[in-house]
Amino acid sequence: MVHLLQYVFSGVTVGSIYAIVAIGFNLVYRTTGILNFAQGEFVMLGGMVAVSLATVLPLPAAVAAAVVLVAAMGWLLEVALFRRLRRHTLLHMIIITIGLSIIIQEAARHLWDEKVRSLPYFTGDECSSVRLFGAAMSPQVLWVLGITIVIVLLLMAFLHLTLPGRAMRACAANPAAAALAGIHLPNMRALAFALSAGIGALAGCVISPISMTHYEMGGSLAIKGFAAAVLGGLGQPMAAIAGGLVVGLAESFSVSVLPAAFKDATAFAILLVVLFIRPRGFFGRPFAEEGRNA
Amino acid sequence: MTGPSCRQALTPFFLAALLITGAQLAATAAHREFYLTQLILCAYYACVVLGLTFLVGYAGQISLAHGAFFAIGGYATAVLTTTPLRNSTEPWVAWLERAHWLARRPGLYGGEILTVSPWAAFLAGLLVACLAAVLIGLPALRLRGHYLAMATLGFGLIVYRLLLGSAFAGAADGITGVPPLRLGGWLEISGRASVRVRNYYFAWGFALLTLALLRNLLVSRIGLALRAIHDNESAAQAMGVPIGRVKLQAFVLSAAIAAAAGSLLTHTNGGLGPSEASAMKSVRYVALVAAGGMASLWGALAVSSILNFFSLRGWFGTLDHAVFGALLIAIVAFAPGGFGFIWRGVGLQRRLFRPRKKRLDDDPRNP
Repeated sequence: MVHLLQYVFSGVTVGSIYAIVAIGFNLVYRTTGILNFAQGEFVMLGGMVAVSLATVLPLPAAVAAAVVLVAAMGWLLEVALFRRLRRHTLLHMIIITIGLSIIIQEAARHLWDEKVRSLPYFTGDECSSVRLFGAAMSPQVLWVLGITIVIVLLLMAFLHLTLPGRAMRACAANPAAAALAGIHLPNMRALAFALSAGIGALAGCVISPISMTHYEMGGSLAIKGFAAAVLGGLGQPMAAIAGGLVVGLAESFSVSVLPAAFKDATAFAILLVVLFIRPRGFFGRPFAEEGRNA
Repeated sequence: MTGPSCRQALTPFFLAALLITGAQLAATAAHREFYLTQLILCAYYACVVLGLTFLVGYAGQISLAHGAFFAIGGYATAVLTTTPLRNSTEPWVAWLERAHWLARRPGLYGGEILTVSPWAAFLAGLLVACLAAVLIGLPALRLRGHYLAMATLGFGLIVYRLLLGSAFAGAADGITGVPPLRLGGWLEISGRASVRVRNYYFAWGFALLTLALLRNLLVSRIGLALRAIHDNESAAQAMGVPIGRVKLQAFVLSAAIAAAAGSLLTHTNGGLGPSEASAMKSVRYVALVAAGGMASLWGALAVSSILNFFSLRGWFGTLDHAVFGALLIAIVAFAPGGFGFIWRGVGLQRRLFRPRKKRLDDDPRNP
């Protein structure tokens, strides 16, 4: 029973990171129609920048600065690159974002190095543990869960209660009508990129003490985040949370039956099965309705 | 559309043959024959890129799994030809040996070891790759755009993880000590310097043959059907093109070419490692297709040979991956005609290879 709980906690922890990556995917996808394969790199960059800044700044300031910097980078990417590529086909956009993720990865490898690094634990250290229902876990796990919940709540409040958030949703629902209503579409697209980069970076910071930060981590995070997004239904920002938790739990339970080397293969197998059986995910609408999101 | 006249179609083959012969003569004359080793590898990698050009450029179906198919061919060869069959008294082993599917060779520590013969292993690799392509292609090709990209990427990563985690595939070390593949009495496919020139011509002959096969397919009914699918899937279906079957055939053919190239390259190198199946390799193949101009077999052959040669010679140093990433963005975003403009002349290329203005269609399934 305690073992079971232990697996659940570890699954929920990685699952919430996948969920945040998936939310980032969805935000950009809904608003711009682009599936940004470089989404995982924002998580990596967030961790890397924060680790470097933490040597000169106090930890909270370093994390905040990293989030702002990476969000600015997301904004810059839209303004400098994606804004010029509105006329390209889907196939071309896929290839371009894949290329972008390689460039970011290689840039990180040259800016920093190939070492694995991590932020200090937000509270306590690697030995301290909290007991919950008999299962032991690091206090960092609570940080991850807490920050995920805060991100989700704030994002929901932003999208539903504030004017820019509503404008962004309008932009996703019907770009032409939104433009007619006076919403500046390019600004909204840049905002979506900045937001998804920012929350990705924050996720990269909170997970850094547990799963470390490495220049190559973005690729597999991106595909697992995509698995989560598809599982929930692509284009449904909040359904991605359920998707992320399912992927995370499946991954952590697979370790109890399969060799740990096959852990990643489990997540990818889930992705394939979902794509083949129910490509619109748990909560997605039928595709006939989604065609307008162009 | 009728194909170009016979002479028009054959001219580039003559030019390529001249260039290939010239490169060999120059390398030998300059006592730089070791360059041929990389050129042999380039030829095999070019075959993968050609098969992928057929699929991505002409049929419009992206695949991020070609590194995996390449590795399936290579690993089938490597595993089968290096795993000794010890219990040779078993009836199935005797049966296989009577069918000439097994080979005996002297072992490293004396005695004789019995393994599957390289030819049988080559065919097994093709068969496994085709089977995998059918299994993954049947459901995956119903998907489009992002979904197809991610499904094939997921499959590629699964193959990579399985190879990396399996003891029989040598885990992270890969497999070495693969015996040569003998072709008649005069050619063996291996890395030995004494057969380098013959291997060079064989490899490039294989690449040109692949190109000729794909080129002929493209001007046949299947090729026309594929291009129709690329331009407008609904319209192609309305005109009676069996889109599911045609897409699957193209996918399987291009996977089989990748597997064949993987097997031959494994014999040339004498082994291979799991990095051949990594996502980066698959992405690099797509980068080369894009750089060749997406829908240009000759462009793909030329660009992939040149860039792979530089990469294999280590000219890009630690920027190796970055070069391919930058290439992807620069070519696809700003010059979708690829490097074609160099030999086509800028004006002509503008007219012929203007990026099509197409609706961003997010519907991942055929309507």
